[in-house]
Amino acid sequence: MNAFVCPAPIAVHDTVLLGHGSGGKLSAALLQQIFLPAFRNPLLARLEDQAVLSIESGRLAFTTDSFVVKPLFFPGGDIGSLAVHGTVNDLAMGGAQPLALSAAFILEEGFPMADLRRVVDSMARAAENVGVPIVTGDTKVVERGSGDGVFINTTGLGMVAAGVDLSAANARPGDAVILSGSLGDHGITILTQRQGLELEGAVESDSAPLHTLVAAILAAAGDVRVMRDPTRGGLASTLNEIAVQSHAGIAIREAALPLHDGVRGACEVLGLDPLYVANEGKLVAIVPAASAEPVLAAIRRHPLGAEAAIIGEVVARHPGLVTMHTPFGTTRIVDMLPGDQLPRIC
Amino acid sequence: MKYLDEYRDADITHALAARIGARVTRPWVLMEICGGQTHTLMRYGLPDLLPPEIELVHGPGCPVCVAPLEFVDRAIEIASRPGVIFVSYGDMLRVPGSRQDLFRVRAAGGDVRIAYSPLEAVKLAQENPTRQVVFFGIGFETTAPANAMAVWHAQRLGLTNFSMLVSHVLVPPAVRLLLGSPSNRVQGFIAPGHVCTVMGHREYEALSAEFHVPIVVGGFEPVDLLEAIAMLVDQLEDGRAQLENQYSRSVTRDGNVPAQKLMEEVFEITDRKWRGIGMIPLSGHRLREKYAAYDAERIFGAQEIHVEEPAECISALVLQGLKKPVDCTAFGTRCTPEQPLGAPMVSSEGACAAYYAYRRHTAPEAAR
Repeated sequence: MNAFVCPAPIAVHDTVLLGHGSGGKLSAALLQQIFLPAFRNPLLARLEDQAVLSIESGRLAFTTDSFVVKPLFFPGGDIGSLAVHGTVNDLAMGGAQPLALSAAFILEEGFPMADLRRVVDSMARAAENVGVPIVTGDTKVVERGSGDGVFINTTGLGMVAAGVDLSAANARPGDAVILSGSLGDHGITILTQRQGLELEGAVESDSAPLHTLVAAILAAAGDVRVMRDPTRGGLASTLNEIAVQSHAGIAIREAALPLHDGVRGACEVLGLDPLYVANEGKLVAIVPAASAEPVLAAIRRHPLGAEAAIIGEVVARHPGLVTMHTPFGTTRIVDMLPGDQLPRIC
Repeated sequence: MKYLDEYRDADITHALAARIGARVTRPWVLMEICGGQTHTLMRYGLPDLLPPEIELVHGPGCPVCVAPLEFVDRAIEIASRPGVIFVSYGDMLRVPGSRQDLFRVRAAGGDVRIAYSPLEAVKLAQENPTRQVVFFGIGFETTAPANAMAVWHAQRLGLTNFSMLVSHVLVPPAVRLLLGSPSNRVQGFIAPGHVCTVMGHREYEALSAEFHVPIVVGGFEPVDLLEAIAMLVDQLEDGRAQLENQYSRSVTRDGNVPAQKLMEEVFEITDRKWRGIGMIPLSGHRLREKYAAYDAERIFGAQEIHVEEPAECISALVLQGLKKPVDCTAFGTRCTPEQPLGAPMVSSEGACAAYYAYRRHTAPEAAR
């Protein structure tokens, strides 16, 4: 018979346990072993209940977003990098340079620790590339079945330079509508991964931080009216929001819309319209006609904007509606969808 | 994209429109039968390219639209049961029954899933032996072979937890009903290319001969539809009435015989109620007796539910081509895709929804 040994707690865990959200020793270990080394910065290292930021006077932009994407890892990114890019982009659409992010994790009991480490490392890399520190955060663990692996919320603060006034209510008839690149890459990547579809021509998510592109646009023209990133609901929903908020019509040209072949093919197969498919690294800029060419040139010079195009204009007719000129010389409405885009029966 | 771009070519489309304009001498009323064709016409604004003499009316070929309300209620009732995994094509989920839709069933805890193929449901049944997996089997002859295959395959696997709620409908009996109606205005038909890919076009030859009406089997891209319209106009102006096949890259006279055999094996013809039209004799499929063990209506009990459609809805007239969606007093105001009063507003293939989504800028001011 073996000698009696007191059962010591298992020190190394390969999955997330409820105790990791207890606030006790396991929580502290998670912080010390995973979050702090990845996000390392002086504000976070103080381990206070809050980060205290010193800012020069000016206007602060403030935004939050939650990330529940499935699958967690996909070609072109993962939930971690997306959680950084999404919030950085929401700040950037207001013309703000990112100052600091928070990161809150809701983990499901049983989530593999290796996956958590991969997500956190990806997040840290994305934040470092943007040059924005993750200065505060939180972790909760829910029982198995109450979550879906990991949910992440990020909140961002950014500084808006003097004179910058971007709003979806600012579009005026005669303005040009510029799109920074191809449509639907993120949404189609996620959908084909979920469906297990293998398509000719690889599609990958366009997930990317847009703050430097925004800076280039603002440097090229001082009179930019609107910037928006067409994420959920796609370009169609974004343009409809702008049309409604600006009490103006928007008329786009189908032939001008940049679209990768893989996305086009997948949309044909799945019965989807790329106008409604999500993007995570594109923006729409609405600028006075006189600024259209300089802004387009500035976008195209940026690594994220090589495929940018002027896709239409703001019009006085049909306020609140978006219309599209087809290659056949006809016009149709581009509506908001009542809910998610649903594949048709046949 | 090969086999697609050439059928969306603007120059060819415009040349066909010019050919129609040069040929037409008097007004003609044409119907595209299939909702997919309606969708293409509206999405690309093709009616605007046609001369004013050509009036297009939209047929009953939207499977989501013609699924009877009682049947949607039945699906909702089954999907709400604990232990059931209810699997459907995506666009059935938003179709309102008399009180709710499948999305709300899902929100209330029902296990409702979207599939692209009924075989995904068979696989789910294999993977979940303790659950009852029910597939919502609707559609025309286009989806019937895949649904028949799923039932046949489930039987071959010896599954006891897979069933199908079947409400398949057939196109020719509905066309026959329209043509036989004293109020019929339609002078030429574009027959549904996908249905004919499966069934061939013999049935439409018979209809053309019996009612002395031109019928052209048409595809789903702009060039397909303009060419089919041009062929119909040629026939009408010549005084001919015959079956012609524009969609010959997919449709043959005999169709897909193995698919037809499989349908024949699994399904038998039955009377079916069509939403917005009513009972049409011998216009649908049901499972044969030897596949009764896979019939969700039998497994879950088939209590008769009768539900009244809203009185203001003119969908019966729209589905028969007697009225346009914009003729309806509720169009775009009391009836929208978010709050549909009737069948043609619920699916993107429905005539009312297609008008609402793509063409309400051409409707009277009040309807915007």
